[in-house]
Amino acid sequence: MRTVEAAEVAPTTYAWEIQAEQLKVRVGRKRMAVDGLDVALSTGVHGLLGPNGAGKTTLIRALATVLRPAHGSLTLLGDTVGASIDLRRLRRRIGYLPQTFGYYKRFTVREFVEYIAWLKEMPKQAVPEAVQRAIERVGLADRAGDKMKTLSGGMVRRVGIAQAIVNDPQILLLDEPTAGLDPAQRVRFRELMQELGRDTCVVVSTHLVEDVATACTDVILFSAGKLVFQGTPDDLAGAGSPEDTGDSPIERGYSALLGDRVGRDSW
Amino acid sequence: MSHVPDRLLAAYVAGRELPGDEGWAIEAHLEGCAQCRARLAGVTTTEESGFLDAVWAGLQPRLTAEPQPLRGRARAWLHGWATPVMVPWLGMVVLVAAIAVFLDQASAGGVSLVQLFAPVLPVFGVAAAWSRGLDPAYELTAGSPRAGLDLILRRTVAVLVPVVLVLLLAGWLSGSNIGLVLLPALAFSAGTLALGTFIGAGWAAGVLAGVWLSALVLPTVAFGGSVALLSASLPVWAAVFVLAAGLVVLRRGFFMRLAAHN
Repeated sequence: MRTVEAAEVAPTTYAWEIQAEQLKVRVGRKRMAVDGLDVALSTGVHGLLGPNGAGKTTLIRALATVLRPAHGSLTLLGDTVGASIDLRRLRRRIGYLPQTFGYYKRFTVREFVEYIAWLKEMPKQAVPEAVQRAIERVGLADRAGDKMKTLSGGMVRRVGIAQAIVNDPQILLLDEPTAGLDPAQRVRFRELMQELGRDTCVVVSTHLVEDVATACTDVILFSAGKLVFQGTPDDLAGAGSPEDTGDSPIERGYSALLGDRVGRDSW
Repeated sequence: MSHVPDRLLAAYVAGRELPGDEGWAIEAHLEGCAQCRARLAGVTTTEESGFLDAVWAGLQPRLTAEPQPLRGRARAWLHGWATPVMVPWLGMVVLVAAIAVFLDQASAGGVSLVQLFAPVLPVFGVAAAWSRGLDPAYELTAGSPRAGLDLILRRTVAVLVPVVLVLLLAGWLSGSNIGLVLLPALAFSAGTLALGTFIGAGWAAGVLAGVWLSALVLPTVAFGGSVALLSASLPVWAAVFVLAAGLVVLRRGFFMRLAAHN
């Protein structure tokens, strides 16, 4: 049994877990990878969809407070990033799986997740139980004692998910979490997303349209650093017509919305 | 009312042959006496208790061993101070220091190699502790609440402790000026951190290695000694260390974010 802290049961004082207004994030010296984004997200699973180079990863890194916004405001859990806020307190409530998930090969799965739990400043006595729970949730309990270098690519990805959820975050940011997962694991992953989305704001960046269709309550279509569309997967499917390219309604909606965008940009 | 004696109760539970009237008397009494029924439930036979002991003896070691082995605790503590990528660098640093000590011992006179190498030894260890290219988990670390000045200082301490130990030993063996060995090492470590907040730890290490080459190694090779390694330059080294350390503290907010150029 875990003691519930006062902060956990206190009513929230914000309307949106994530709120961005005219958000711009710079990559390198000049390029704005996120260029004037307005979006507000609450609990649920939000699929971040977009072509390669749309700025999905940069947006996720900014949400993880790893990159500093160049312009506009970003408010996470009621705290405006960039102002003199307690960044450590905010980060304790965020879970983040980077696109290139780096790990230490000689660590065992349990050691690695424990190490991340330590980095996330979790209370010492809560760590063993939280680590075991996170590892069980991604289905790696039987490999917990194995070294990371003995794992397959999909298993490493699942360790990445385990380290992101170990601190029971209120904002969970997953950058391409399904890359390298086989179909059965992907189904299990979507179930986990739906489970987490009940009380967490989950942002999943992906380029797999079927992930969005089944697991997400909400789709954000993102192109060239700007928001193109926000709505439910059904809305997205409804945006397409049979003439658009794609094999499923959602794919047709995706290409219809992006094609429109490309057309306007070329003018 | 007399109750069933313990001896009879144990015999009854064990299913031993009892004289007919005794067995019947016990059962009749048990029917009417809750107290004796409770005692009956508590009685264990020697076979039963032997079996339970055997099961418990089999379980006990496994219950205490898993899931938190003692070895893991110590390793987890170490991970708080140094990342695995730092280990080869630390090994190299200690090895170079040891070779310098050995060569100093072997050749009498001239410039002390320990003094010459002391400033640059910790620089690469510090860079390894905090460089994107070398640390695979850099992005995860940079986004975690613990990222910041205290994590960097922990890792720097993990680099400095073995270096300082070797240098102290070297100074003691060679009888050279300990201050001139330690202060440059500290100044260069703090300098790597301070410069690293501007240009990234990897570049900072490179620049400082260049400074070391041009200010210490080249003069020593060319003129047989460098001004920087005279006792008179001790206050300068101390000033550099204090200045760099102050700069690191001033720019501590930087350590909480990912450097674009790092």
